[in-house]
Amino acid sequence: MEVTQQVLQQLINGISLGSIYALIALGYTMIYGIIKLINFAHGDIYMVGAYIGFFSITQAGLGVIPSLMISLVTTGLLGMAVERIAYRPLRHAPRISVLITAIGVSFFLEYTSMYFVSPTPRTFPALFGDVAVDFMGIVINGQQMLILGITAILMVVLTYIVQRTKTGKAMRATSFDTETAELMGINSDRIISITFGIGSALAAVAGVLVGIYYNSIDPLMGIMPGLKAFVAAVLGGIGILPGAVVGGLILGVVEALVSGFLSSTFRDAAAFAILILVLLVRPTGLFGKNTKEKV
Amino acid sequence: MKRNFLRRNDLIMLVFAIILFAVLQGLIEGRVLSSFWQLNLLIIGINVILAASLNLINGYTGQFSLGHAGFMAVGAYVGVVLTTNFSVPFGAALVAGGIAAGALGFLIGIPTLRLRGDYLAIATLGLGEIIRIVIMNIQYVGGAAGFKGIPHHTTFAWVFFIMLFTLFFIKNFVNSTHGRACLAIRENEIAAESMGINTTKYKVMAFTIGAAFAGVAGGLFAHAFYLITPASFTFMQTFNYLIMVVMGGLGSITGSIAGAFVVTFISAALASWPEFRMIIYAVALILLMFYRPQGLFGYKEITNMGIFRKCFAKGGKANG
Amino acid sequence: MDELLQAEHVSMVFGGLKAVSNFNLHLNKGELVGLIGPNGAGKTTAFNMLTGVYRPTTGSITFAGKSIVGLPPYEVTQRGIARTFQNIRLFSELTVLENVKIAFHFHVKYGLIEAVLRVGRYFREEQEIEEEAMELLRIFHLEDKADEVAKNLPYGAQRRLEIARALAAKPKLLLLDEPAAGMNPQETHELMEMIRWIRREFALTILLIEHDMSLVMGICERIYVLEYGEILAEGTPKEIKANPEVIRAYLGGE
Repeated sequence: MEVTQQVLQQLINGISLGSIYALIALGYTMIYGIIKLINFAHGDIYMVGAYIGFFSITQAGLGVIPSLMISLVTTGLLGMAVERIAYRPLRHAPRISVLITAIGVSFFLEYTSMYFVSPTPRTFPALFGDVAVDFMGIVINGQQMLILGITAILMVVLTYIVQRTKTGKAMRATSFDTETAELMGINSDRIISITFGIGSALAAVAGVLVGIYYNSIDPLMGIMPGLKAFVAAVLGGIGILPGAVVGGLILGVVEALVSGFLSSTFRDAAAFAILILVLLVRPTGLFGKNTKEKV
Repeated sequence: MKRNFLRRNDLIMLVFAIILFAVLQGLIEGRVLSSFWQLNLLIIGINVILAASLNLINGYTGQFSLGHAGFMAVGAYVGVVLTTNFSVPFGAALVAGGIAAGALGFLIGIPTLRLRGDYLAIATLGLGEIIRIVIMNIQYVGGAAGFKGIPHHTTFAWVFFIMLFTLFFIKNFVNSTHGRACLAIRENEIAAESMGINTTKYKVMAFTIGAAFAGVAGGLFAHAFYLITPASFTFMQTFNYLIMVVMGGLGSITGSIAGAFVVTFISAALASWPEFRMIIYAVALILLMFYRPQGLFGYKEITNMGIFRKCFAKGGKANG
Repeated sequence: MDELLQAEHVSMVFGGLKAVSNFNLHLNKGELVGLIGPNGAGKTTAFNMLTGVYRPTTGSITFAGKSIVGLPPYEVTQRGIARTFQNIRLFSELTVLENVKIAFHFHVKYGLIEAVLRVGRYFREEQEIEEEAMELLRIFHLEDKADEVAKNLPYGAQRRLEIARALAAKPKLLLLDEPAAGMNPQETHELMEMIRWIRREFALTILLIEHDMSLVMGICERIYVLEYGEILAEGTPKEIKANPEVIRAYLGGE
């Protein structure tokens, strides 16, 4: 009983953490799906989102939901700006050049932020005090409920956008075959821009939620979650939206179990081990399809 | 005639290198350089080894690896354990560190080098981090707190001559049939395979050699300090070497030397403003990709550029 | 007769789709044979199976008396089959000379230590490689472009370089995938002469895929016609020209 209870508790913790990974992974997977770029800067976009949320709450004294909205919009615009300035000029460059540029953008966001907000971590105000539900010894606290709730809402909204709206259809078409999509009259530059916007907005929400969950943010906070979200995206099959969500949740749960039952120092190693295993055993991920280079 | 030219090129470089060494050693002995710049001179030499060996993998063979700091860590820790706990001579400890890193590179390389491009980049980054995390959890080498009490063995002479050996090794490798096989893989893997080249073998070979030199460099690095911690070998460290290689040119040894020099120099000069340093690197990387993706030197070497040939060569094609 | 290559009942299925089925082909030593057929008939797929790029789903391929099914492409090349590609695959950032030198790779005997320390066989063998490579470039009229970067060559010269590179691997059998594609009639004519000449000079067996009928009919001794992944006809150029099935396939198909 003891053990099952512990496992269930870690499961709850893991799903909360996994939801955060899922939100970041969605952006990764959308961007990779559409321009085949591992956007190394995506984790830093998430960091910027966290800071914008932080300042909206502490400096402007806004509530959680308005702060989330502000962070979502501004960070979304930031993502679009990054794409416009740094990636669009390299649309036909070798993929490695774009990857290196992404590493550059990542550094740029990290260290300009550090310059402006200082490297010292900031403490997020505790918003939920002691709100918690105790169910047979398994505790779900307020932050976790907020994370799960907001993640669920965003999933529904995203699914609606991608499946039902005209823009969403254009996104899917562009990601499937950019050239043909253009021949069908789709402005692929615009669609790519929107994709960056949506992906960045999701990351921003994740950033604010993490701030609320862990109470602490710093300018380099995006590096690890960024990499792990990439792992989640690969695990689910890169370019596939439900895959990113499932991948994120699995990764969160595995990490929670590893830190709960082994040692928290192995948490990061677990994520990378998963990545390497997936790449070697099933590089297309859980939901991916196989493709081979034509000779 | 051509054969003579190859040897003459090597000779010119060797003479030049020895003069350079004499001058720098003189500056150190004469206490003209402050201890801060003396240390940086060591770091430049070590970084040249790291950049050139990373270039062998990323530039010449076209396999984008981001695990270099991990191999460096292996060499560093094997080295310090041997010298500190077992009183093994420094040179032997460096070799052992290199072999250990190379062996690990070989084992890791076989499965991962099947991956391509950005997937390989992330997988090697992950492996480098796993190496670091494992070291962090070995109490015998001090865990996260690091390994203390390392004897100070790394002198400028050690660094300089190992660096020289590395550069000649890589240069000669690249200018052989083995090196050409690596270039062919970078250019077109399918065509390389159809020319009778066992592509897996040569990818693993380049990866192993690169890892081994990173290990030796790690040993040199560790013995320049009293303490090393796993935090010195994060993937941020790998990015540093990547910046050197990309700046100098993916596929140019001259470029790696220049890149290592410039980046180390900037880092030292801006040591008090770490944010600016990183912002400068970031902007430099982005601008390079926009305007000169092949880096400062592209695929060129100093020995086959006009100015060098005018000064030293009478004719024939430069190849060294 | 001296048989060099034999493919029997070879089929290739891609996810339920039969790209090539029941493909039979034999080549005698010294022959110059053409493989023709409408677009999408499976010619390049057949090449890819013969060279190890694809592993055939069923069937056997023997080369010089030994099975080569399941060998990776580099081993097939080392057994003595070299090829060119329909969509040129040069080492485009390297020089013309380097392109050819690379293909000597598996004939080189010096090892890693000799290469790095520059002792033993290194200098002598490098010298030989360089001379032989230059000789090949001379044959293909590329010697004055030796130091140019391959991607800067005109199209026709790139095709010639691909053949020169394939010959540097010293094959017994040379597979040419549309060597005249994109060439003008004058260039095609020169290429024809050149193919004849290298066959004699290097004692080669040649199998070529080609769309240019004047080239195929002009130099090939035997021709295989492929349609919908199956061999439709086989015979001398004269027989093929007169074959009603072939006429139907070509007039109906293109």
